[in-house]
Amino acid sequence: MNLLPGIPILTLITVLPLFGAAIALVWGKHARGVALITGFLSLVLALIIWTRIPASGAIGLVERSAWVPSLGIEYHLGVDGLGALMVLLSAIVALMSIDAAHRVHPKPNLYYGLVLALESGLFGAFTALNFFHWFIFWELSLIPAFFLIKLWGGPKRGPAATQFFIYTMVGSVALLISFLALFLSTGTMDFGNLTAMAQTGALTSAVNAHLGPVMLWLALGVLAGFAVKVPLAPFHTWLPAAYAEAPSPVTMLLTGAMSKMGVYGLLRIAIPIFGVQIAQIRTPLLVLAVITVVMGAWAAAAQKDLKRVFAYSSINHLGYCLLAIFALAVPATGAATLASQAIALNGIILQMFNHGITAAALFWFIAMIQFRSGGLRGIDDFGGLRKPAPVFAGLMGIALFSSLGLPGLNGFVGEFLIFRGVFPLAWVAASVSVLGLLVTVIVILTVIQKVFTGPVSEHWAGFPDLHASERMALAPIIALMLLIGLVPQLIVDSINPTVVNLLAHWRF
Amino acid sequence: MLSWTIYISFAGALLQTLLPKGNPALARWFGLLFAVAGLAIAVAGFAAGMGHGLEVVTDLPWVPAMGIHYLLAADGISRVLVLLTGLASVAGVLFSWNIDLRTNQFFAFYLALIGGVYGVFLSYDLFLLFVFYEIAIVPKYFLIAIWGSTRREYGAMKLALYSFVGSAMVLIGLLASYAASGSRSTGLVALAHAQLPAHFQMWCFPLVFVGFAILAGMWPFHTWAPTGHVAAPTAASMLLAGVVMKLGAYGCLRVAMGLYPHGLDPWGFSFLGLGSWRDVFALLAIIGIVYGALVALAQTDFKFVIGYSSVSHMGFVLLGLMTLNQLGVTGAVLQMFSHGVIAGLLFAIVGRIVYERTHTRQFAELEPMHLSRRLPFAAWAFVFAGVASMGLPGFSGFVAELQILIGAWQAKPWWTIAAGLGIVIGVAYTWRAMQRGFFSDVVPTAHELEEERHHPLAPITWPEYAGVALLGFATLAVGLYPRILLDSIEPAVKALLAGGVQ
Amino acid sequence: MNYPDFYSALFRATLPETALEVAALLVLVVDLGLLRKAASSTRTVVAALVGVAGCSAAIWGVYAAGWAGISAGSDVLLSAGGSAGVAQIAILALTALTLLLLIDSSFTRHPGEFVAVVLMSAAGGLLISAAQDLLVIFVGLELLSLGLYILCAFAKHSGQSAEASLKYYLFGGMSAAFLLFGFSYLYGLSGSTNLSQVALGTYFAAAHGGTPLLLIALVMIAAGLGFKVAAVPFHLWAPDTYEGAPVPAAAFIASVSKVASFALLISISTAALHFLDNLLFKTNATFFGFADAWRLILILLAVASMLVGNLAALAQISVRRLLAYSAMAHAGYILLGLAYFSSSNLSAAAILYYVLTYGLTTIGAFGVIAVVEKATGSNRLDAFLGLQKRNPLLASILLILFLSLAGIPPLVGFWAKFNLFAAVLHSSSGALPISLVALAIAMSAVSLYYYLQVLKRAFVLPAVDDTPIHAHPVTMTVLLFIAAAIVALGCFPALLQNWIASFYLGW
Repeated sequence: MNLLPGIPILTLITVLPLFGAAIALVWGKHARGVALITGFLSLVLALIIWTRIPASGAIGLVERSAWVPSLGIEYHLGVDGLGALMVLLSAIVALMSIDAAHRVHPKPNLYYGLVLALESGLFGAFTALNFFHWFIFWELSLIPAFFLIKLWGGPKRGPAATQFFIYTMVGSVALLISFLALFLSTGTMDFGNLTAMAQTGALTSAVNAHLGPVMLWLALGVLAGFAVKVPLAPFHTWLPAAYAEAPSPVTMLLTGAMSKMGVYGLLRIAIPIFGVQIAQIRTPLLVLAVITVVMGAWAAAAQKDLKRVFAYSSINHLGYCLLAIFALAVPATGAATLASQAIALNGIILQMFNHGITAAALFWFIAMIQFRSGGLRGIDDFGGLRKPAPVFAGLMGIALFSSLGLPGLNGFVGEFLIFRGVFPLAWVAASVSVLGLLVTVIVILTVIQKVFTGPVSEHWAGFPDLHASERMALAPIIALMLLIGLVPQLIVDSINPTVVNLLAHWRF
Repeated sequence: MLSWTIYISFAGALLQTLLPKGNPALARWFGLLFAVAGLAIAVAGFAAGMGHGLEVVTDLPWVPAMGIHYLLAADGISRVLVLLTGLASVAGVLFSWNIDLRTNQFFAFYLALIGGVYGVFLSYDLFLLFVFYEIAIVPKYFLIAIWGSTRREYGAMKLALYSFVGSAMVLIGLLASYAASGSRSTGLVALAHAQLPAHFQMWCFPLVFVGFAILAGMWPFHTWAPTGHVAAPTAASMLLAGVVMKLGAYGCLRVAMGLYPHGLDPWGFSFLGLGSWRDVFALLAIIGIVYGALVALAQTDFKFVIGYSSVSHMGFVLLGLMTLNQLGVTGAVLQMFSHGVIAGLLFAIVGRIVYERTHTRQFAELEPMHLSRRLPFAAWAFVFAGVASMGLPGFSGFVAELQILIGAWQAKPWWTIAAGLGIVIGVAYTWRAMQRGFFSDVVPTAHELEEERHHPLAPITWPEYAGVALLGFATLAVGLYPRILLDSIEPAVKALLAGGVQ
Repeated sequence: MNYPDFYSALFRATLPETALEVAALLVLVVDLGLLRKAASSTRTVVAALVGVAGCSAAIWGVYAAGWAGISAGSDVLLSAGGSAGVAQIAILALTALTLLLLIDSSFTRHPGEFVAVVLMSAAGGLLISAAQDLLVIFVGLELLSLGLYILCAFAKHSGQSAEASLKYYLFGGMSAAFLLFGFSYLYGLSGSTNLSQVALGTYFAAAHGGTPLLLIALVMIAAGLGFKVAAVPFHLWAPDTYEGAPVPAAAFIASVSKVASFALLISISTAALHFLDNLLFKTNATFFGFADAWRLILILLAVASMLVGNLAALAQISVRRLLAYSAMAHAGYILLGLAYFSSSNLSAAAILYYVLTYGLTTIGAFGVIAVVEKATGSNRLDAFLGLQKRNPLLASILLILFLSLAGIPPLVGFWAKFNLFAAVLHSSSGALPISLVALAIAMSAVSLYYYLQVLKRAFVLPAVDDTPIHAHPVTMTVLLFIAAAIVALGCFPALLQNWIASFYLGW
């Protein structure tokens, strides 16, 4: 695609949803239409960005200007493969979420306004390269999310929203303090500069000189901020309530995109800057990651509410990302290690994208079930839905199998690469995590069995199947799942240079 | 040109007293006209002065025998604060649109107060500064005593007396400095260059600093503030918290720190860990930050939360001043502007938009009212203002507090930690207020639902929209592009720290 | 002595006093002779106008008297110019304003006598301002005081008036006795009744061990003069007199008598100081001379007045009594200025500025009280309720007057205080003057509370009775003039300051 050079496309994509939000707020009657158009335009821009990332894997499409020089604050945006993929993911998930939410009541204009604002926050966070700018969007995405849960959520939405807010806020405070300390020691808030300093060891020297031996504490502060977001056990307790009480389209956003902010943060900020420190505490972190994986899966098995099942399942799936991140935090002693690290990193990025799509799709399906059943979404409430709604069962089945990790679907690729990369690096952790894989299989199969197979009860004999519009909306997503499952090179080829580039700059 | 802000305000006040009594609309429109004129001049003066240092506006001999000059001048700091006054004054008039009782007298006192405030920020002669400082006291008393609400007479008298005592302390310092410098001149520049002896500065500084700090709400002299803010009518609270408290902080900076820099030197001995007046006042500022925040957390009256939060935020300003470094003091001045706008917004929402309609400020009574549904504009405006008050990035408070924290770290690291605690508690009480005031989950009883149906709340009027938009725009603009103000503040602070008052 | 020259010089020097006496006689003639059958109001107006004319003539007389003064030999009896000139013109202007306030009053059927006594008392005041001889001082003081006792009792139908006058008279008589006793000691110590000679003589006497006697003398004199200015602890007459006397009399006592008395104190302080400057042979004086003793006494009086005056005023419910106690407080501030008296004219000018503007403000205050009293029949705080509604112009004038008394800029009361304290600190540095000034300013801050109490009634609290209050046009004009003067002089202090300074330079 041809695009005039000089257009600040990253700023454009960040600001576009805000415009859309303003229009949606005012033009209440057509709020959904406005949101859909905005989401669609954002997707177009995201695709453009995806096609224009540098082939070398370095950061491209850079926009840079001074903002508050005395505080080292710069307006610095840029994307590499990782960032662009996340932007694309956000655009896709946001569009899905908007599509899933029809008949919002009350105040649809406010709802769509907040969703678009949240989308803007996601774009901003994935394209920022200076802490101040990044932190603005990290924080600002909290507010729409909070209100989306609080105002349109389920019966226990108040405490869920508050818990969500407090946890994330506390994590943010820890992040802020750590970065303040970094600024005090180095005078810069730029991710690139800090990474370069960390690579040579100058960062630790600077921090030690100015503040004393607190580098490990700073690392912990930063980790805390992201640990809450992903989440990493034991900071996950806000998640099941928030996912369950939020309206399903909002949960799509939460699980599809917002949780990826945490993983992205680890990859863009925590590892590059605090690689040495993370390597020092690698073992406890691996333990936590494994606990996250296994606990997520086991807890999912015990849930009766479909949303909670997949909430815990999300914890489990992202636990693999965390496992891989901590596993690859070893000094690269040889080509083999480097290769494993590259594979693991590819896997992480893929898993982020795939899980985002899949989880969002799953919650979309749950939303549809809930809508058709008049609010019920318990795992035991249904039975034999395959009969009255075969297409529904088929498409949701594909999504479920993808979540399970069936080869040929997108969910497999990421997990495969992760385990492929992690086994050489941390075989104990990997072995134990396989348990998570197995339990997930059981969970998904149980869901399929209880909801779709088995005798059809009288009650559900008239369960409506997917309409044409819903099929049209879901088709691209399912197609994407199949596509990436069968031809993962489409993505891997584009992000591998980024992976290599990132690893080259990381020092453990 | 900037001096016209003063003259227009006083002319407006005089005109208001001459307006016919039974016509509130006339009084309002004239009030708005004069306030907007003041704002326009403030903006024009700010823009014209950007990049310039100290500019003398007027210099006339007043009492030549004693060396007193009618000297008005503005540097970056003055211009920023004049701009704040302009914004706050227009917003205040807009939020007073519904006052029907003795409207022309209200606006007369209001404009007189504004004129006094403009005068303080523009004065470069200590006597003149003091005159304007005192002129501002009496209108405050009447604004609160006549048009206020809870315990208004008590609150007004307390405010007036505290302010007067503070200014009395300043007067003593002024007279002593004037005499000690040879009774030649009362100009700020002249007095700064008079090389007053160090031991003189050592007692004069705390006297004058405390005198001004009383008005700035420094703990433990802050007790007038919550009572006064709650008692005052909305426009007066906006001005009080937004601008008048900044008069005190400005005095601390321009007069106390500018004229008596040696007052901050170490004493040579240490008492309970405090080794200089700087340590003492920084400690008091920090206590104010944390205490104000904690007390705000415990309040049951919405307006009291905002009142105590003002005490807490002003503690930040004073702490920033005590850091004595470029970043900290710049942050303090920026925080003066930022908090002025944000506090104005908060008081406007709670006082004018909510209280005037619901006639209660108690959380227990507001919770069942579901204001997020019945007054969505107020709820969302409060979210906006509350988020700004918390210091979230993207709003003016973040940059200011960040600078103060960094400046504090450069001075004494434990200051930063204590101040950071204040920010965290700040998030908590703002959150609590927002939840309980607007977004509570309390289910209304059937009776309350009946009440709702039969007594719908009055719709939001255009002046309220305009006022919120004005202030909201200000905090957002400065938050996203702080250079607008920092470019003016930073050189002025640099000059001030380098050589006393320049 | 060349008597013809002496008496012509005396006539020239006492032109102002003569003008007043002539006016007094004229008033009596006109009132008792020509207007016997006329209505009471006409007689009042005519008497007042004649009195005002007399004051104007006397002001011309001050300028015409020139700089000469009058001396008997080398002893100056009456000085001219300087503080004397300022004080005299101030007295005459204030007397004129007080007489204008008489026009609206109805407390007496003998306005002619009233005006005559006022003019004669004013003449006494003029004498005191210029006197440089102990006996002349005493004569003038008695002339002033006796007139004041009579004026106080003029409201024959008011028991309060009679009681006030009696208290004033008894107290005044006693303090006059003390004064004379003190003067006699001074004469004994120094051998002369001329102020400069007295200062010199007592200096030598103290050098030879006469200090205890000197102290006694000075304490007596302080008692006598302290009574005149209502300084604590010689103030007990003031609340009752301010409350009981008819308005013009109270205004006269509160303003003119103060100006005259402080002018006298200035003369004494100047004499004590100037003598030290002119000392032909300097010795290492380590004894407690006139100047030191005088300063100590004044400081004690000042502190006591400031404290008692302000603190007692807090509790008052009658506005007149409130004014009385506040008068004590203001006297305290001025006494501080006298205690730290500089040898340049700075202190004298500052004191005169203060007492002149204070007198002006007080007359205005009494004018407002007169209107309110006439309308409501009471001078308690509650009589002022809702004044802003009943007569907004009057309320605004009240606002200006009381804020000026409290010392709020840009009104003249603030400038007067600032000027005075600046003069104090200019003339001596050190911890004690600064602490005393700090105390004065602190007390001034306290005073804002009770002034605000009156203003609160007028502006804030709802009215009990809504009927409009009408004031006599002449009274209103006088009040407007005073209020305008307070604002103008406050904004442009140099005006009055330059005028006062001109007296020290030769106009």
